[in-house]
Amino acid sequence: RFLLLFSRQGKLRLQKWFVPTSDRERKKVIRDMIMLVLPRQPRTCNFLRWKDLKIVYKRYASLYFCAGLEEQDNELLALEVLHRYVELLDKYFGNVCELDIIFNFEKAYFILDEFLMGGEVLETSKFAVNVSMEQADTLQETMEEYMSKPAY
Amino acid sequence: MPAVSKGDGMRGLAVFISDIRNCKSKEAEIKRINKELANIRSKFKGDKALDGYSKKKYVCKLLFIFLLGHDIDFGHMEAVNLLSSNKYTEKQIGYLFISVLVNSNSELIRLINNAIKNDLSSRNPTFMCLALHCIANVGSREMAEAFASEIPRILVAGDTMDSVKQSAALCLLRLYKTSPDLVLMGEWTSRVVHLLNDQHMGVVTAAISLITCLSQKNPDEFKTCVSLAVSRLSRIVSSASTDLQDYTYYFVPAPWLSCKLLRLLQCYPPPEDGAVKGRLVECLETILNKAQEPPKSKKVQHSNAKNAILFEAISLIIHYDSEPNLLVRACNQLGQFLQHRETNLRYLALESMCTLASSEFSHEAVKTHIETVINALKTERDVSVRQRAADLLYAMCDRSNAKQIVAEMLSYLETADYSIREEMVLKVAILAEKYAVDYSWYVDTILNLIRIAGDYVSEEVWYRVIQIVINRDDVQGYAAKTVFEALQAPACHENMVKVGGYILGEFGNLIAGDPRSSPLVQFNLLHSKFHLCSVPTRALLLSAYIKFINLFPETKATIQEVLRCDSQIRNSDVELQQRAVEYLKLSSIASTDVLATVLEEMPPFPERESSILAKLKKKKGPGAVSVTELEDSKRESSELNGAGERGPDPSVMAASNASTPSPSADLLGIRSAAPVSTAPASAGSLLVDVFSEAGPAASSGAVNDDGFLRFVCKNNGVLFENQLLQIGIKSEYRQNLGRMYLFYGNKTSVQFASFTTTVSCPGELQTHILGIVEPLVEGGAQIQQVLNIECLTDFSDAPLLNIKFRYGGALQNLTLKLPVTINKFFQLTEMASQDFFQRWKQLSQPQQEAQKIFKANHSMDTEVIKAKLLGLGMALLDNVDPNPENYVCAGVIQTKSQQVGCLLRLEPNAQAQMYRLTLRCSKDSVSKRLCELLAQQF
Repeated sequence: RFLLLFSRQGKLRLQKWFVPTSDRERKKVIRDMIMLVLPRQPRTCNFLRWKDLKIVYKRYASLYFCAGLEEQDNELLALEVLHRYVELLDKYFGNVCELDIIFNFEKAYFILDEFLMGGEVLETSKFAVNVSMEQADTLQETMEEYMSKPAY
Repeated sequence: MPAVSKGDGMRGLAVFISDIRNCKSKEAEIKRINKELANIRSKFKGDKALDGYSKKKYVCKLLFIFLLGHDIDFGHMEAVNLLSSNKYTEKQIGYLFISVLVNSNSELIRLINNAIKNDLSSRNPTFMCLALHCIANVGSREMAEAFASEIPRILVAGDTMDSVKQSAALCLLRLYKTSPDLVLMGEWTSRVVHLLNDQHMGVVTAAISLITCLSQKNPDEFKTCVSLAVSRLSRIVSSASTDLQDYTYYFVPAPWLSCKLLRLLQCYPPPEDGAVKGRLVECLETILNKAQEPPKSKKVQHSNAKNAILFEAISLIIHYDSEPNLLVRACNQLGQFLQHRETNLRYLALESMCTLASSEFSHEAVKTHIETVINALKTERDVSVRQRAADLLYAMCDRSNAKQIVAEMLSYLETADYSIREEMVLKVAILAEKYAVDYSWYVDTILNLIRIAGDYVSEEVWYRVIQIVINRDDVQGYAAKTVFEALQAPACHENMVKVGGYILGEFGNLIAGDPRSSPLVQFNLLHSKFHLCSVPTRALLLSAYIKFINLFPETKATIQEVLRCDSQIRNSDVELQQRAVEYLKLSSIASTDVLATVLEEMPPFPERESSILAKLKKKKGPGAVSVTELEDSKRESSELNGAGERGPDPSVMAASNASTPSPSADLLGIRSAAPVSTAPASAGSLLVDVFSEAGPAASSGAVNDDGFLRFVCKNNGVLFENQLLQIGIKSEYRQNLGRMYLFYGNKTSVQFASFTTTVSCPGELQTHILGIVEPLVEGGAQIQQVLNIECLTDFSDAPLLNIKFRYGGALQNLTLKLPVTINKFFQLTEMASQDFFQRWKQLSQPQQEAQKIFKANHSMDTEVIKAKLLGLGMALLDNVDPNPENYVCAGVIQTKSQQVGCLLRLEPNAQAQMYRLTLRCSKDSVSKRLCELLAQQF
């Protein structure tokens, strides 16, 4: 249903909604998730129930990755979706940290889009995602080059 | 490896972000943002046309500001402009902005759709993917309307690139979820199934999500996917961990794909083809075996991926519920996990065991783990795990272990987290009732429950204990004694006082023989709590006092004294004052006989479904209440009331429509009425013949439905009248049954000969005509006919009544629509505003809602509208809609096969003389039908 990234201080870093959600509802979900997840002790279970949703979260360094799933979704696998996303970020940025995600938030969204679509896994191969990200970057570079040329 | 700075040309953005991060306070941040917003606004408004790069930069800044949690109300147009840029990054940022910020009802959608259309036809795979992502991200109905027919084409076209296919599959899935009616099945569907065989694993992974969702809705069309899925699964399961190259995740081959395949198989029953089934069972066994193998990696990712497949396989085994061997193996595997050091695995094991407990093959196996589960309830550090343990205990409870489980749950309740107490209380109350062999144990349990967690004991729970005590005379003395003892505690919960007051008032005499609990002692004990209680409890106590006067005449003087004192008889609360005054008067003027009659012991309560069970279900949300559950609960409730011995099961009764009177017969006696055939046997065939000749096509033109719509909101009146004949009806409905009285009046002075009537029904209704109409109707006479109606499931077509008679030699033939409409089977549902909106939201799927805007045809007077809505059969809810002009109703339609919850909202606009009517029902067809019916009523 959604994927949120927030810091230990409760600052939201990334939000992705896979079903249409009104602004008010979004704000409520974000607030509830942060309140629900942050106070939990380390080494408790990564799964929660919230209303009719399953919540799966995991902490990576100072960032919490938190996903809302529907009844029939598999929690363990969702945990690995989060992990795979972290791996992809890591590979792209090279040892990713929270700052990378703050300053290059658009890239974080693009990587997520290459990997998930409408809440379903689009491409599980790390290689394939990276190839398409690199292609995009190449396209962008050509563009930068083109931009910096003086116009005739 | 790409460096961080690579391709990042937006220096201005980076500067802005670090500025924000350097802000020391919230105020400084807001100031900086407002400055930037003003800057961007002026840039966008400026005369100079911005180049693509600056536009991109500013849009990106806006996006950042939005993601910080501030509102953005401009810049959409610039973002849309970026979409038509040829430059990849500009396009990309434009799409990102739109998918994050444009909600589904924006008017910009049309412009966006145009840009998307261009990109979809660009044949540039990167652009196509961006466009597909945008459609999936926004996923609105407008998008679905524009692209639902285009995307399937892209998906199955031979020359589409793999990456585009993947995106197209998931994009289509997204649209199908929002607007299933717009995604039409067609020639492409069969080709989609074959994507399961695709060479490219990524394509299979994406396509299978789509196929799973489609098969849930159209199982028959996609049946072929079962064997394809099994062979694909078997290939993955048997492959070595390195075979699948990049699709191997931490030594586990294609975990995502495997899980999705297993999930797809859960949409279908076990394969019929023996070979396919054998292969599948082999796969499942391999997966179970692999769980026992030593791990190939110590990494948690390896075990998570492996176990994810295992849990999905167990779900499939539970879903099939037909392989005892696999079920028991699954249970043993979960048993191992119950003691695993990973909290996540313990949590999941508890959760899946809950479903396993309901299978007859594995129920016993689950029960062997009871000690471990109880231990989990006591020692788990994590409340969410404890909650699962409590759920599992509830699921595994049966007669053999009920005492142990209830005792454990009670003792856990003393320390349980506040968040789950209420649910725990309900569960304990239900289990105690369901498995009570010995009712003194039941009474003990519930009183303990009130003692331990009184605040969480809802009305339903204490009502129920009183119902049961009153209905079972073997437990009354014990209950009186126990509650008397419980009340001795210096501080006892108000709920305990309620139960105590009620039970002692009814059965205090049973323990009055003991001097320690003499009448006066009992009274003083109750009265010592009086001042600490709320008004409703005090009212209940006053009633208990007057009952005491009847039970024990010796307490009369003391009690009258109490009633007479100012704090009672002049109490500022009207209810209390009235009770005190009336009871005082009653006790002083009525003779003992009268008193004894008025204050007689309460009669046994009629058997009904346990209200507690209903409450628990409500807590879990209406989605959880399936038809089978309702039937279950019926069985449960009859079990606990001992109805099994007392009378036939109501569901059996209804099924056989037996003619023996049932103890639960309602006032109308509808249930017990024996079916009577429509006409004498000899005439039967003739009638059928006549009818088949007339045929629906031939008679449809002649069907008279003038009167029909006038009866949607009322039950009695004149249905039809011409120069010869007047037909009046009177009808009554209870639950899914109805009875209609038809009155045929001959308005002429001449006799009608060969008068016959027949009723033909849509399949969803059953009718029986009771009694035979005399073939002769004298001039000026009126004859009556009774029709019993049973609603099997929801319907839209009304039954037709055909009347034939001869008047002066000419054959008269008349067909009328009988006003039996779905709303007749409504039962009122009163609810508070909060509940209403919660349910309203739960019924938010687009097809569950039907809406009509229409011109008023009748007076818009409030009282007239209210009367109509009441006649409709739903409960008219006050103080729900924030606008007092609007009307809001709730009700449940009772049919034999199911119950359909309905909510209604009617918004009048007096100025425009228009209404807007919205219906949301748990069944789509009902929303539509009700909306059609009602739109013509106001």
